[in-house]
Amino acid sequence: MSADDEAVVDARGERCPLPVIRLARVVAERPGVRVVTVLATDPAAAHDIPAWCRMRGHRFVEARAEAGHAAYVVEVVRPSTPAGAP
Amino acid sequence: MVSHDPGTNVGPAPAAPHGGSKRGSSGLPDNPRQDPRQTSASGARRLLDAASGPLHPVARDTLLAAVDVGWADPARLHVEGRRARALLDRSREVVAAGLGVRPGEVSFLPSGPTALERAVDGMAYAARRRGARTVASAVEHSAILVPGRARAAAADDPSLLAEVAVDPTGRLDLESWEAALSAPGGVVAVLQSANGEVGTRQPLEAAREVAAAHGTPLVVDAMASLGRDDVPTAWDVLVGDARSWGGPPLGVLVVREGVRWQWSQARADVEHGRTDVTPWVPLVLAAAEAWQQTAATRADDAGVARGLVDDIRSAAAAVPDTEVVGDPEDRLPHVVTFSSLYVDGEALVDAFDAAGYAVASGSACTSSTLEPSHVLAAMGVLTHGNVRVTLPLPAVSPGLVDDVAAFAAAIAPTVGGVRDRLGVGDL
Repeated sequence: MSADDEAVVDARGERCPLPVIRLARVVAERPGVRVVTVLATDPAAAHDIPAWCRMRGHRFVEARAEAGHAAYVVEVVRPSTPAGAP
Repeated sequence: MVSHDPGTNVGPAPAAPHGGSKRGSSGLPDNPRQDPRQTSASGARRLLDAASGPLHPVARDTLLAAVDVGWADPARLHVEGRRARALLDRSREVVAAGLGVRPGEVSFLPSGPTALERAVDGMAYAARRRGARTVASAVEHSAILVPGRARAAAADDPSLLAEVAVDPTGRLDLESWEAALSAPGGVVAVLQSANGEVGTRQPLEAAREVAAAHGTPLVVDAMASLGRDDVPTAWDVLVGDARSWGGPPLGVLVVREGVRWQWSQARADVEHGRTDVTPWVPLVLAAAEAWQQTAATRADDAGVARGLVDDIRSAAAAVPDTEVVGDPEDRLPHVVTFSSLYVDGEALVDAFDAAGYAVASGSACTSSTLEPSHVLAAMGVLTHGNVRVTLPLPAVSPGLVDDVAAFAAAIAPTVGGVRDRLGVGDL
C-alpha cells in the first residue's frame, strides 16, 4: 500500500459534523484513497464516523485512544454509495 | 368582615375546578395576556416540540381556578386547609383510577425526574443489606444514569450500575438484560415504557419476568408514555410526569402495595412517606383534570398522531442521507426523530425555527455539553443533524394536522438549504 492509498484527516478541535464532513470530502475528492484515519477530539465523532460508514457502505476498522484525542480508521469501499442516495 | 384577600374571597364550598367563571371574583383581570401560541396562518408558530407542554386548555383553566380555591397547605386544619386536602384527595383518586391503582399507592413529587430518582433510591434503601447494584437500559433517563454513574464512581465499583445494551432501534437487548440481572448484588432494575427521544417501546412484560426470576423489582419510567399510550401494567414501581398528558410539571410515584420500598428520609405524614414536600394542590388538580381530558380522547388522539408521525417518517426518509430512527411500528404514537448527514443539529433547529417550526434535537451542538444524546449514541445511529418531534395533543394544538403537513413538506428544502450553506451538497 503506497502513501497515496492513505489519508489522514486532522480534525482535532473541530466540532460535529466537521470531522465527518472532512472525511467524506477526502473520500469524494481522492478516488485512490483506500484508508482514511481521522484524528478527532469531538466525542460525537465516536458515534458519527461508524454511522457514516454504515450509511455510505464503507468499513469502520477501529477507534484508538491516542494522546489527547482519538484516531478513527476507515477502510474505503469503492464504488462508494453515491452522494444523494437515500 | 369581608376579606379583600383574593386568595380567601371565595365561597365556602369547594367549587368544581372547571372553567374560568371563578376568575371574575378573584379580582384578577380576565386572561390578561394573549396566548403566545398560534398554530395557523402565515407567520404563525407551529408547535412540534411538546415534551414540556403547554398545558391542556381545560387544565389551564383548572389551574387558574385552583389558585384561588386550592392554595392552602392541605395539612392545615382550618377551612382553607381542609378544602385543599379534599381537592388533593379527589385528584389523587382520579390519577389512581386512571393508572388502575389504589390512591394510597400514588404520591406526588415536584417533578418526574425527581420521582424517578426517588423510585430507585427507595428500592435500593429497602434492599441495602442485600446489595447496591442497579440494572438499567443504556437509554434510560439521565435521572437514572447520572446518579447511578456517580454512585459507582464514588464507590470505585463500576458494577453498581449496569447499563444494558439496546439494538439499533433503541429496544432493550433481553439477553444482555438477563445477563446483567444474573450478576450478584442486584437490588433494582429500571426500564422505560418507551423512549421519549425516539419513541421505541420497551418489552416490559418480558423484562419484568426476567427481573422477577432473579428476585429484582422493576421500576418503570412511563414519563414519555402516560396519556399517550396504554398504561403499563408490568411494574413494581411506576413513575410518570403530568407533562406527558397535558398537565403541569408534576412527578407521580406509584409504589405497588407489598413492594419493599423505603425512603431513608421519609416523614410518614407527607405523601405516604415518599417525599418531604407537600405538593402544591393547584398543580395536582390541574394534573388530574388534564388526565381526565386526555384519557377521554386518547384512542382517537393516538390514532391521529400515529398517522401524522407516519407522514413525517416518510417525508424525512425521502431526504438524501437521512435516517429516521426508532422502531417504525412498535413505538409511541407521537414521537419521531431523524438525523441528516453533514449538518449540525443547531443549524437545523435554527432554520426550522426561523420558518416557524419549534422542534428539538439530540445533537451535541444544541446542548450545553459536548456530548450528544446518550440515546442516539447507544443505538449506534448518527448523532449530528438530529431533529426530534414530539407532537402536541390535538386539544393543545388545534392546527396540528395542518402543522404536520407543512412541516413534512419543509423537511427536504430546509435540510437542503442548510447543506448548501455549509457547502456540503455534493458529498
